[in-house]
Amino acid sequence: MTGAEIILECLKREGVQVMFGYPGGQVLPLFDKLYDTDFKFILVRHEQGAAHAADGYARATGKVGVCVATSGPGATNLITGLANAYMDSIPMVAITGQVKTSLIGNDAFQEADVTGITRPVTKHNYLVKDVKDLARITREAFYIASTGRPGPVLIDLPSDVQLQETEFIWPEEVNIRSYKPTYFGHPGQIKKAARLIRQAKKPLIYAGGGIITAGAHHELKELAERIQAPVTWTLMGIGGFPATHKLALGMLGMHGTVYANYATMDSDLIIAVGARFDDRVTGRIDAFAPGAKVIHIDIDPSSISKNVKVDIPIVGDAKNILGQLLEEIKGASDTSDWLRIVEAWKKKHPLTYKNGDKIKPQFVIEQIDAVTGGTAIITTEVGQNQMWAAQWYKYTQPRTFISSGGLGTMGFGFPAAMGAKLGRPDKIVFDIAGDGSIQMNIQELATCVCNNIQVKVAILNNGYLGMVRQWQELFYKKRYSQTCLHNPDFVKLAEAYGAVGIRVTRNEEVRPAIERAISTENTVFIDFQIEPEENVFPMVPAGEAINKLIGGLA
Amino acid sequence: MRHTISVLVENKFGVLARVAGLFSARGYNIASLSVSETLDPSISYMTIVVEVKDEKILEQIKKQLNKLIDVVTVTDFTKKEHVDRELILVKVGCAAKEKAKLEGLLHKYVAKLIQHKTNTAIIEAVGDQEQVKQLLEGLKEFEIKELVRSGRMAITQ
Repeated sequence: MTGAEIILECLKREGVQVMFGYPGGQVLPLFDKLYDTDFKFILVRHEQGAAHAADGYARATGKVGVCVATSGPGATNLITGLANAYMDSIPMVAITGQVKTSLIGNDAFQEADVTGITRPVTKHNYLVKDVKDLARITREAFYIASTGRPGPVLIDLPSDVQLQETEFIWPEEVNIRSYKPTYFGHPGQIKKAARLIRQAKKPLIYAGGGIITAGAHHELKELAERIQAPVTWTLMGIGGFPATHKLALGMLGMHGTVYANYATMDSDLIIAVGARFDDRVTGRIDAFAPGAKVIHIDIDPSSISKNVKVDIPIVGDAKNILGQLLEEIKGASDTSDWLRIVEAWKKKHPLTYKNGDKIKPQFVIEQIDAVTGGTAIITTEVGQNQMWAAQWYKYTQPRTFISSGGLGTMGFGFPAAMGAKLGRPDKIVFDIAGDGSIQMNIQELATCVCNNIQVKVAILNNGYLGMVRQWQELFYKKRYSQTCLHNPDFVKLAEAYGAVGIRVTRNEEVRPAIERAISTENTVFIDFQIEPEENVFPMVPAGEAINKLIGGLA
Repeated sequence: MRHTISVLVENKFGVLARVAGLFSARGYNIASLSVSETLDPSISYMTIVVEVKDEKILEQIKKQLNKLIDVVTVTDFTKKEHVDRELILVKVGCAAKEKAKLEGLLHKYVAKLIQHKTNTAIIEAVGDQEQVKQLLEGLKEFEIKELVRSGRMAITQ
């Protein structure tokens, strides 16, 4: 087989069904062989769209997302998507063409040192110099991407290697001596953790994206109910615990709920599961949860004791470790005093907004929630739209909230929605967008329409880069430097691509527009013209303790 | 504080860049680095000396090193009983009449004269940090024209 045939055979054996990408000179041999296969290949309109779509596909399905690009500019256009997947631990394999091995390092046409550029934003990467290594490398790439703490892996494949012939040998097993992730928690640590949990008067579970990755949502719910601990979550942890549950506190941190932040600061035991105490969560780190002991469960040892002091570290897979803890903790705890305090905070400081003449973004999201019954897949862009989508939709299932957490990539939501819809065609997929972010990958409208990918985009159009404007309003004396946008007509723009555009300017049109979008068998843009200066509250100013909230305090 | 770290890695292209990248991304300069094959030719042994102000950051670097797919083991010698040595080559100005004086000086250290030609001597020495420092101090009597150091190598006791 040729190198191109080998890599395609490997992808098939790895169970790949959908790929996203864009051809070019140095991947021609690969695309030529692709022509004869049954893969569903989605031709995007920009390589960044391919990377985010593969990422969205992976988040919605739990499978490895695959994207393909050519050498040089094709590969450099993937970088933001790789960095995004790396920060959020998303399993992805990116395949890039490279100039012929004899030309590498010669400043050849469309050459870039792609393994060099991507080294800090991938879990691992390979430059294939010999076709005999290709099957093993491809197998390893999928293994590394999907095991341990997942992440993107890149294979850089020179065009001559794509053409070289060798015998195809499928490596049945992967054995990398220096890569052996830990999956089960140390029994001694589990016992110590169980003891702390039994002694705690004010326990709190702080759940992160690890819950979703590990599929630990059942175990999480069981543990919370058994030990009667309230549960708060990170942006990445949304969907890991039902927002409608009586122990649910919602998201914590900079735009977390008041009661989640109060409970975190007041608790005497934080059980962190698959979360990494990011600065958006902890606020001022030396003031964070002063009275709490910390149990930190994470598959990545480098996440533990990175930001906060940890009393009991447990390295391993969240599902396994929560299972081990449940074995150890049989009896129910009595935390009723603590739950009463938390309940009082919930009553006193609910999430709130005031409806007015102009449409409020929170209202739009509540209506999307109502129409879809909380079961749609919601992707987001980055900024105010993302925070409102995190706060106001009631997620009850894992893998239904898809958002750029670590990197904060504007332009992520729309291509990610595309990937999610291909992975879960049974689901309604909404991208909750801002008028700024949507324009960062708007070219993918063509991809959606050409491939009949029926995603619905709710543009919360306030004519501003809203989150930056909000910071300028609050911390820069309302000096709105470069945050006012003059936008195209989004309805006409959607129509120009062959999609459907709906404009909504009044409250009573909101729900019918959502219903119409869902029943329309096409890609739909809804241009919600919202209150321009609505802010995301509550808010912890940067560098403050997380109980020093401003705004939204009823 | 100066830390000596050893890293066993896969003997492949690109591995050194991955290791070095973890230091450079955090703005740390590697003070010395020595790399060579081990008895197992598929594995290389790196000894890295780095000046780190914040111990927490060093902890993080060590964890990140362990996370690299091509890294087999990481050892921090800072709190471990170990032996470390460095090889240096020094070229000094030395007229024929000074040769005996130079040899007398070298005799005090684990150092030897390996060449003497037209008023220039080349000296080879092996020692730990202190020995190397003292030798260089002693050699100040002569004109040091060139100095090459292998970087520190370390092995546990």
